Amino acid sequence: MPARMNTSDIRLHARGLSKTFVLHTQGGVHIPVFDGIELKVASGECVCLHGPSGAGKSTLLRSLYANYKPDAGEIRVRHDGTMIDLLMVEPWEVVEIRRRTIGYVSQFLRVIPRVPTLDIVAEPAIVNGVASGEAHAAARTLLSRLRIPERLWSLAPATFSGGEQQRVNIARGFIVDYPVLLLDEPTASLDAANRQTVIELINEAKARGTAIFGIFHDEEVREAVADRLFEVGKQPLRKTRLSATAAEAAARCQPLLLRPVTTSITRRQRNTR
Amino acid sequence: MTALRKLAPRQALLEVSGVSKSYGGQVGCVDVSFAIYPGEVLGVVGESGSGKSTLLACLSGRLAPDAGAIVYDMNDRGPVDILSLSEPERRRLARTDWGIVHQNPRDGLRMDVSAGGNIGERPMAIGARHYGNLRTEAQDWLEKVEIDLARTDDKPRTFSGGMQQRLQIARNLVTKPRLVFMDEPTGGLDVSVQARLLDLLRGLVRELGIAAIIVTHDLAVVRLLADRLMVMQRGRVIEQGLTDQVLDDPHHPYTQLLASSVLQV
Amino acid sequence: MKRASTRPAQGYNFAYLDEQTKRIIRRTLLKALSIPGHQVPFGGREMPLAYGWGTGGIQVTASIIGPEDTLKVIDQGADDTTNAVSIRRFFEIVTGVATTERAEEANIIQTRHRIPETPLQEGQIIVYQVPQPEPLRKIEPRETETRKMHSYAEYGAMQVALYEDIARFGYIAKTYDYPTLVNARHLMSPSPIPKFDNPKMESSPAIQLFGAGREKRIYAVPPYTSVRSLDFDDHPFEVQKWEQCCALCGSTTSYLDEVITDDNGGHMFVCSDTDFCNTRQREQAQAGEADDSAPPTALAATEIPS
Repeated sequence: MPARMNTSDIRLHARGLSKTFVLHTQGGVHIPVFDGIELKVASGECVCLHGPSGAGKSTLLRSLYANYKPDAGEIRVRHDGTMIDLLMVEPWEVVEIRRRTIGYVSQFLRVIPRVPTLDIVAEPAIVNGVASGEAHAAARTLLSRLRIPERLWSLAPATFSGGEQQRVNIARGFIVDYPVLLLDEPTASLDAANRQTVIELINEAKARGTAIFGIFHDEEVREAVADRLFEVGKQPLRKTRLSATAAEAAARCQPLLLRPVTTSITRRQRNTR
Repeated sequence: MTALRKLAPRQALLEVSGVSKSYGGQVGCVDVSFAIYPGEVLGVVGESGSGKSTLLACLSGRLAPDAGAIVYDMNDRGPVDILSLSEPERRRLARTDWGIVHQNPRDGLRMDVSAGGNIGERPMAIGARHYGNLRTEAQDWLEKVEIDLARTDDKPRTFSGGMQQRLQIARNLVTKPRLVFMDEPTGGLDVSVQARLLDLLRGLVRELGIAAIIVTHDLAVVRLLADRLMVMQRGRVIEQGLTDQVLDDPHHPYTQLLASSVLQV
Repeated sequence: MKRASTRPAQGYNFAYLDEQTKRIIRRTLLKALSIPGHQVPFGGREMPLAYGWGTGGIQVTASIIGPEDTLKVIDQGADDTTNAVSIRRFFEIVTGVATTERAEEANIIQTRHRIPETPLQEGQIIVYQVPQPEPLRKIEPRETETRKMHSYAEYGAMQVALYEDIARFGYIAKTYDYPTLVNARHLMSPSPIPKFDNPKMESSPAIQLFGAGREKRIYAVPPYTSVRSLDFDDHPFEVQKWEQCCALCGSTTSYLDEVITDDNGGHMFVCSDTDFCNTRQREQAQAGEADDSAPPTALAATEIPS
């Protein structure tokens, strides 16, 4: 069953998106990553970015968060009821859009050292104007659901295991009800029980109308949450202008071109079960 | 197709255009332009001698640039070129609506005056004359910057480096400035103390909606504190944008070198 | 007590200084009077007296004094201490003017560290000897900076100094050279007079002139000008109080000096203003002669057995 695809409900829309890295420290090598990306994600829809490892999926995801800067194209985001091109606005506007509209759960937790976990999780809610007590209560709920033992909440996550850090990161991403959510392998190092919790969190977000675009390597998770696959894969290099020395560097770097191949609809097993 | 629209335009708090300063033949900074909005934190990075400190001195009114305009949105008068202000007006601005946190606390604190007196100086300078209220306010701020109230009457020379820096921050923020200039705020501190100070600064800046310009050579500091980053080399701004964008996807050769030179712990 | 005018000594210009110098200083004084409390630099001259002994005050007095004037000189309130005696004799020699110990008889009073207890009147000029004219100096050592602080009326730092006193002692511990704000504008050192005398400067009918010889600064307060002592709303300015009265004249309203009388801890409190004290004692003696039933004039010195 296809997901709701109402054009007026499009929350994230990338058009003609291209990205090439130029590595000045490595002889000026040009590494094209993707070209002419077309992508739409609607409210309540979860699109899975799918392709082989190293295909530049994270680069695309980061570009959609304006963490990487594409060379051409548009990234339109519905912010306060208006479509805004992330690549055209001032940095403060990006900050504002990220604060309220686009959430991003990265693979690695990057926070100020020595800050208690509970505060780290509550912070995105607090900067969105939620009262401190309420934000902390929400943080407690999320941490409990993600099975972070309560005795760890007052500690900084630096000494946590990889899986614990990732769950803290997930809690941070889900504490605010972002209209658009970007997920970079949120379940990579989680056990079955926690994977199930993340699946629940994602589906709850979808039910609230969140547009989700993410990388899910785990097939079980993908099956459970994704409405569509956005397939990317290896393609022959195109439009590269390599100098003699840069060619060597390029060989070392294994540049990969990411292009949309197909946009297929996955079986909605969860819904039909 | 939905029409694209920008967000509602905002009045910049500080708008800098074409600011240049040279010392004889020596380049300080060249043609620097940028704007900072209320509540925004701007990081300025670059190696020693790249013009960061010259720029900061020009912006904060301590040094007159050779060319350019620095327009500040004053509380009571709207946007004004600070270079056109008289010296007393500029000094008044600097001790009420602005804060300056120096790298060396000695430059920003009165070392012979108690912690409470240091915090009380700005309010007293603008007319506060009630000892009890001054003291209460000073202690509120000591709590905010996590200094034991038992140290209220101690002189900062008996404080550790981290405490001195926190006191300097309290002394500056007590008048609720809208713009704070920070020159290597974590520069002389132990790594263990840096983290706490960074967290404190971030919390205060967010809580009070303060805009800040932070000059540093420490990329970790700007990643954690700054919304936006400006990279300087030989007096010029060579790249600027969102902090994570500049650090994770640097375009200029120098920025790439800088970003790739950070040791990963 | 009073010495009539005489012929000045030969070989010196009247009042020692040459007329050009006096004119320069008078011009400086006019400027100082027109900006109350503002320190005006002047080309101070070498005087036949070491710095620190009142060279600033002497130059001011020398510039304004005329043959018809009557001069009183006090040091710590007394007319008979070294500094007062030598300055008075100096002016007797170089001007021949009349001198007096009575505050109300003098039209020029040069002083070190006191203001007479007898209220000053219109037509009188009081000349203060000032060692350090800059009230901000201890807080800010840079002259360039203190000048800016004065021109922009940035006096928060002075208030900080008083704050520090309260934080440390529970009250403002400064007892002399207590900072004042003149005409609601300039911060001014009242010279090292006790803070007891500060209220006498407020709206005084007399002209108040200040000379600092070593620092080469002159400042002034014209008659009927506000001279407010700095304080806090909840720690208002207060003058010294004594439990005792003067052991000689019984005064309870004057500034008292503690005088050690022996090696056994014996001491007594007496008026620092000798003219005031002597006058009271004289009046009490006359009243005693007129009326035998009058009470004893002086109260016994408070002695604390050791």
